Amino acid sequence: MDVKTEYLLGIDIGSTTAKAVLIKNRAVVYEKYARHFSKVREKCCELIKEIGNIIGDSPMSIAISGSAGLGLAESAEVAFIQEVFATGEVVRYMEPDTSCVIELGGEDAKIIFFDGGIDERMNGSCAGGTGAFIDQMATLLDVDPDTLDRLSLDYKRIYPIASRCGVFAKTDIQPLLNQGARKEDVAASIYQAVVNQTIAGLAQGRRIEGKVLFLGGPLYYCEGLRRRFIETLKIPANNAVFPAYARFAVAMGTAIYAEKNGTVLTGEQLLSRINLAPENTVSQNRLPPLFADPKEYREFKSRHSGSDVKRCDAEAYRGNAYLGIDCGSTTTKLVLINEDKEILYSYYASNKGNPVEVVKDELKKIYALGGNRIKICGSAATGYGEELIKNAFGVDIGVVETIAHYTAAKYFMPGVDFILDIGGQDIKCFRIRNGAIDSIMLNEACSSGCGSFLETFAKSLGFDIEEFATRGIFAHNPVNLGSRCTVFMNSSVKQSQKEGAAVEDISAGLSISVVKNALYKVIRASSPDELGENIVVQGGTFYNDAVLRAFEKELGKNVVRPSIAGLMGAFGAALCAMRVKDSSLIKTEELNNFTHQAKSAVCRGCTNNCHLTVNTFGNGKRYISGNRCEKGLGEEFSGKPLANLYRFKRGLLASLPEGDGTVGTIGLPLALGMYELLPLWHGIFQSLGFKTVVSSPSTRRIYEKGQFSIPSDTACYPAKIMHGHIEELIEKTVDAIFYPCLTNNVNENSGNNHYNCPVVAYYSELLNGNMDLKDRTKFLYPYLDINNPSQLAKGIGKCLEGVFGKFSSRALNKAVKRGIKQYKEHMKLIRLEGERSLIEARENGSRIIVLAGRPYHVDPEINHGIDTLINSLGLAVVSEDSICHLTDMPVQLGVLNQWTYHSRLYRSAKFAVENKDVQLVQLVSFGCGVDAITTDEVCSILENGGKYYTQLKIDEITNLGAVKIRLRSLLGALDEKEGE
Amino acid sequence: MSGNYVEFTKEMKKDYTILAPNMLPLQFSLIAKVLETEGYNVELLQNSGTNIPELGLKYCHNDTCYPAILVIGQFLDALLSGKYDTNKVALLYFQTGGGCRASNYISLIRKALKKAGLGHIPVISLSLRGLEKHSGFKLSLSALHRCVYAVLYGDLLFSLRNQCKPYELISGAAQTLAEEYCDKLIRKMSADGISFKKFKANCSLILDAFAKLPRKKEKKVQVGIVGEIYVKFSPLGNNNLEQLLVDNGAEVTIPGLFDFFMYCMYNQISDYILYKKGRLFHPAIKFAFNFMLKKQAEVIRLIKEHGVFRAPAKFSRVIELTEGYISHGCKMGEGWLLPAEMLELADSGVKNIVCTQPFGCLPNHICGKGMMKPIKDRNPDINIVAIDYDASASQVNQVNRIKLMLANAK
Repeated sequence: MDVKTEYLLGIDIGSTTAKAVLIKNRAVVYEKYARHFSKVREKCCELIKEIGNIIGDSPMSIAISGSAGLGLAESAEVAFIQEVFATGEVVRYMEPDTSCVIELGGEDAKIIFFDGGIDERMNGSCAGGTGAFIDQMATLLDVDPDTLDRLSLDYKRIYPIASRCGVFAKTDIQPLLNQGARKEDVAASIYQAVVNQTIAGLAQGRRIEGKVLFLGGPLYYCEGLRRRFIETLKIPANNAVFPAYARFAVAMGTAIYAEKNGTVLTGEQLLSRINLAPENTVSQNRLPPLFADPKEYREFKSRHSGSDVKRCDAEAYRGNAYLGIDCGSTTTKLVLINEDKEILYSYYASNKGNPVEVVKDELKKIYALGGNRIKICGSAATGYGEELIKNAFGVDIGVVETIAHYTAAKYFMPGVDFILDIGGQDIKCFRIRNGAIDSIMLNEACSSGCGSFLETFAKSLGFDIEEFATRGIFAHNPVNLGSRCTVFMNSSVKQSQKEGAAVEDISAGLSISVVKNALYKVIRASSPDELGENIVVQGGTFYNDAVLRAFEKELGKNVVRPSIAGLMGAFGAALCAMRVKDSSLIKTEELNNFTHQAKSAVCRGCTNNCHLTVNTFGNGKRYISGNRCEKGLGEEFSGKPLANLYRFKRGLLASLPEGDGTVGTIGLPLALGMYELLPLWHGIFQSLGFKTVVSSPSTRRIYEKGQFSIPSDTACYPAKIMHGHIEELIEKTVDAIFYPCLTNNVNENSGNNHYNCPVVAYYSELLNGNMDLKDRTKFLYPYLDINNPSQLAKGIGKCLEGVFGKFSSRALNKAVKRGIKQYKEHMKLIRLEGERSLIEARENGSRIIVLAGRPYHVDPEINHGIDTLINSLGLAVVSEDSICHLTDMPVQLGVLNQWTYHSRLYRSAKFAVENKDVQLVQLVSFGCGVDAITTDEVCSILENGGKYYTQLKIDEITNLGAVKIRLRSLLGALDEKEGE
Repeated sequence: MSGNYVEFTKEMKKDYTILAPNMLPLQFSLIAKVLETEGYNVELLQNSGTNIPELGLKYCHNDTCYPAILVIGQFLDALLSGKYDTNKVALLYFQTGGGCRASNYISLIRKALKKAGLGHIPVISLSLRGLEKHSGFKLSLSALHRCVYAVLYGDLLFSLRNQCKPYELISGAAQTLAEEYCDKLIRKMSADGISFKKFKANCSLILDAFAKLPRKKEKKVQVGIVGEIYVKFSPLGNNNLEQLLVDNGAEVTIPGLFDFFMYCMYNQISDYILYKKGRLFHPAIKFAFNFMLKKQAEVIRLIKEHGVFRAPAKFSRVIELTEGYISHGCKMGEGWLLPAEMLELADSGVKNIVCTQPFGCLPNHICGKGMMKPIKDRNPDINIVAIDYDASASQVNQVNRIKLMLANAK
């Protein structure tokens, strides 16, 4: 740059904030940090004007940085510097002896290592653990970020919370809150999650040591977060540096960069450049408006006003009444109706983390209102909190959620074909055929385009949800935001703001996204005809006219939205309560003395370690939740346990002895494919004279042990937990660890091929590449063909030779023979137990669930004890591999049947179709790409055979409450169907 | 053979239009031409726009890989556009087979067609692992032979264009020249057949033509693109990554399509080496492999003798490079070829690499992201960034990461 300027200006525009630093003679003369609410240009101009007030028209060397600064810098033709690079500049300038920088921003997280060549890392596309994540979580706790920080300082314990994405974390946090966990502890746990995410996701095995500099807004503002980082990383205080300029680091770096490479302009010139800069062309990604004109809207309004329910004045009514309570995950709803099904009283509000209190207060109100005139003759509860509310208040009956909703929908539209319910947290859809629920579809953990999602966005844009929704109705060019998960949507919204989209267009776009998510991800419909003629939509989210309209437009059909869309569960429950004869509902005087205490405890009955909540009520009654089986209830368990192939298989694997071999010790990590082939490898190594050490059953702690070397965060949990098992075997000081690469699995002659999925097949390559195993152990991962015994023997011999010397081919062949025999016997035992279980269940008259997944889904840390939970509902559990031999392959598959494990799924589905008393529930690990293919196929085999399809998606964490509801919905639908 | 199969009959061959996705314009139009001389009326799809991912998401499981969503979306967009008589079209897709879920693309396309009420349209898969039976679709040995040349030509044009584009004095000249030669070769191939001699002569002509292109003298930073084959090549899949890099002052190097075919063939050889599988066909495959190796070596020799442009490494060298990183047994998706390509780029001085993959790509957990640490450990000067592509991944975040890579570029 020819012109020397006194002033250096660095502007850093991130995803949520704008920062500016003005430097003169190596001293900062101006700095500003402000949220820009996506009004990037305006905010930028504001800052420049402020600077103008200080320095007048002196020229400055200017550079811009930041993810949102990129577009602006380009169109205004001002020098740009990537923000991580800018951070590097400032560190070299201010703290040259830094070894590592950790910087958290609104949507980005970065680590820069300075020792031994600069190594800069940024979070991938699907990583939470940033400022936006903390904001979202604060909203969830109903506090502002400052309060969250204050709370966190006073923590007593840390809960495990997934931080990979906000949606997951929410599933972890909501039950904690519902169970009465202290907000202080939850707050600190949220920070801990961010710390874990940063270290696991970014450092990926590289140690963070030496002088560490912490930068970025969240780290500057959140004392609690800083503490968690120091404690976790165990850095001595003098090496953890939290500079005063933490928020401005990038802007400062940008200013320093501007000295040599900046664009020289006066404030006025810069302003005019920004003002004249062409707006980034409005992206073509726009959709037609929801309503062509106000007239269309008026017609729409008047059409929907028809679906009303009569109300009756409770002050005047005298007679019988029925109460329905819907205790959802975030809201509680109550409806009181009279004999004519008219509504006397209704209530809809957040349960504020304690539904019991809410219901107590409401009941008091109802009793006061009704006096002696209204007699409650029946009551019913439904929803997540059904059991809790039932026990607390002596509610007469519990109604499965789906049945409650169906009952209510039938009231508005007797011949209803399809019900879509979008609530705050979940989406439920049921198809009705011949007067019974025919299929149930529920959203997965990772597609929560639900009500709370719209609300969060409304808040972040500074609106309440009603106004936000209203603005969307008359949008001219709704933004096309896609239909993936919230995290992606977040970025898309910000991007569209940067492109100048109006709030109206974003609001409408989000409504359309919610609808598309429901239609294409949850219902998986490709044509409106699949939904039938008579469609009822309900749930709080459908109060939003924009969502309702978007749905009708996407469908090309008119639908019915009851005026009590948000109360349908409670209304349906009230209708069900009409069949109650003698009500046992709590009486007025009891209610006045009602007390409730919730204490958390951990059940030590088995390895599931269920987190229990012990509810004690004033009348001495107790209700325990959170348990997967009866053990936690403190009751003596009586009778024989129900069949459970998952438990059986775990027992079989655990019974394989270590042996007292003297040739050496071989470590076998019990994860992924080892769950299938352990008997094979065990037999081989035992025969060769080895002692075999199997890693302990998975726990969260084992996962955390290996978390730091996981390079690809979006791989499935069963794979990621492998790192921990390897670490565990290293601690057990085995001579070598064995986990082979197997392109093909066992050939069961049931498909076009018998592959493993790529992750099961080759994960060892990743382990070897990322775990620094060379100096710590011998890791053996030969490529083997297990279907060819002589090749297998040769392969084993070759891989052992380097470590343990040569084995004779006779010994090897013998070993392989023994291994194969042991594996075959193992599988035979599983099949026999499967057959035995079927007989036993049939004798007892209990229903049978094929819990169909992969062999590694028997791992209790992977399946979260779902097998036990199913048992507790009175159902026998068999695994896919224990029964699939009882049938053959479906004749026509719509997919290429080429994986051993998955081929068992298809046969299991066919088996379920062929047996009236057998139902299939599919376990799917999050991130399993192959299951994107199998789920659709399994579903179509089942549904074509007149069966229900139930899918449970599992990951590091899972919401057992939701799992339970899903299973109970299935049972409820079955009962109803069979009752017909 | 999976369900929903519809045969492409001899009758259909007469007057059906066969639609194929256009992953790599130069290479694919040459291959299409070969098919045309065999009597097939092949049309490469040019449609683009947001309707494509939308349709893809609508007609297949949303967690399916992004390339499948795009390919299905592009097919349906074309079929529903009204431009084609849906009773007179067939679809053609190139697939690799193997343990990756990508081998299910054909099934997914068929499922989607069925859902869209177009289940009667035949779908032909072109695969090195043997074709599904379609009485009307057969490729002669001579056609396959010509396909080999088509890919070699295509790769050469592709590589030379990429080497000239950032330096051209007349904007667009390199692209125009490549297209011009593409047309010429298409005409030549059908007019005078092919022979190795003519092939070599044509290569020299092409080299001379590109060498004459007026170019700036400066040297720009070199950036390599590797990754899952579809998002690596297709501008539709990677938001026009190549152009983005060129606009940001880089010279782009993309390993060609030929290597991918060689990789697929070599996997059968390594099956034999590792497990003694396919003993019967081994000699034939080895022969074909060596034959192709020789052709490639010849092109490389010509480029080197000509002396102006960077020649790719011989595939035999690419195979060696993975030593100590990953086994050749790792063969699903791009498998070992992915790290091999990164290493080949680094070896030839291209130290900056974008590794592209569809979000949640299974093989790339291992072969892409899983290999970065060992590669970086042993090549500290290498500068790799992994970018995920997806129907709704934010472009801003993608560009920002690429900018970071460029800021560190050497």
